[in-house]
Amino acid sequence: MGKDQHTDWDVLIKGLWRENPVFVAVLGMCPTLAVTNTAINSLAMAAATFFVLFFSSLLVSLLRKVIAKQVRITTYIVIIATFVSLVDMLLAALVPDIHKELGAFIALIVVNCLILGRQEAFAAKNKVGAALMDAIGMGLGFAIALLMIGVVREILGNGSLFDIPIFGTSFEPWIIMILPPGGFFTLGFLLLLFNAVALRRTKANAVTS
Amino acid sequence: MMTEDQRSITPPGTPEMPPEPGPARLILTLGLAGFFSGLLLVSGFVLTRPVIERNKAEALKAAVYQVLEGCVTFEQLIWDGQVLRQGASEGEDIAPVYIGFGKEGQVLGFAITSEEPGFQDIIKAIYGYDPALDQIIGMEILESKETPGLGDKIFKDARFKTNFEALAVLPEIVSVKFGEKANPHEVEAITGATISSKAVTRLLQKGMTEWREPIRSFVLTLKGEGTSGSHEKS
Repeated sequence: MGKDQHTDWDVLIKGLWRENPVFVAVLGMCPTLAVTNTAINSLAMAAATFFVLFFSSLLVSLLRKVIAKQVRITTYIVIIATFVSLVDMLLAALVPDIHKELGAFIALIVVNCLILGRQEAFAAKNKVGAALMDAIGMGLGFAIALLMIGVVREILGNGSLFDIPIFGTSFEPWIIMILPPGGFFTLGFLLLLFNAVALRRTKANAVTS
Repeated sequence: MMTEDQRSITPPGTPEMPPEPGPARLILTLGLAGFFSGLLLVSGFVLTRPVIERNKAEALKAAVYQVLEGCVTFEQLIWDGQVLRQGASEGEDIAPVYIGFGKEGQVLGFAITSEEPGFQDIIKAIYGYDPALDQIIGMEILESKETPGLGDKIFKDARFKTNFEALAVLPEIVSVKFGEKANPHEVEAITGATISSKAVTRLLQKGMTEWREPIRSFVLTLKGEGTSGSHEKS
């Protein structure tokens, strides 16, 4: 029991750092680059993706013995698309402003390979508890990555953070940071940083062992 | 018979592969997935539709008040194929035109909804039109799926919105680069969101092409009836 809990905890943690979906697996690049030009948009997209990932993993794990292997991908897509449509309707009903902000990108969650990837690689092979821990870990890892990119881009590209101006009027925003190239620059820079830290840790571990 | 190679890649104690499921099982799996998906979607749709419709109606109401300053009540006009008129529809089309009244019941102007394809999807907007000045006096975006952070500036950028505070309708509403506005009928586009800005300009022009004349005739009819004496802006 104790060991299981420990393993589940590991499953959750790995999504945050060791197997971070954006910085390590480089998955879900469409929303990562497209909607991270402000911190609020990043958070809203991360929350919507989390919802879809969590409930898809729950269902796929529950039904893993029922779904025939030959039609599993089709079934996963049906499950994922259902939750994406539900989150779209829920956002439109509950938070219309955020729904308006995210535009077409909510519907595009369905093609985020992070979600299908986790169903195929994890939820379909593990018990519900572990599958949910994996979904939470990956969802949070995705949220952290999106937020990091969103914060950098909004501060430099708009001179604000969460729509609150942080520089004086003398600050000239770097428009390019909220344009598509800014997404690539920020992602490239953060990938570099992330890999440098990971490399340093690997070297340090090699020396100590 | 297994060859030596096949034996070497199969770890000892591996259970035998389960038999292939028949077509009926596959169809059943997909059928059930589709059925439950449909059930969830329809339930979600039925539960959220009234709230979404209410949100849209409230957004429209707020937008009419926003584009017609001082408006306290408004009414949607009817298009009978030839003229605009007030009252209930008797089989005629409901026009995307709203007449806004001020505190004393005077006509403040008209709010018109119009739409055009933008960068991602259809942009739907509502704008205020004052026939006395022949100007657009305000604009609000109702629906847009433009790129967050870029195209969405058509409803978030306060500077872009100032384009529509007193925009001349004649000779034609056109879009110009930012900083190059020289005439009252020009709209300064947003840097980095030219397609979305042009779509807004087009939808305004489209709305005016379609409704400017009917609205002007409607105003003349109102004046003829002596009910719009206070329409002329002071």
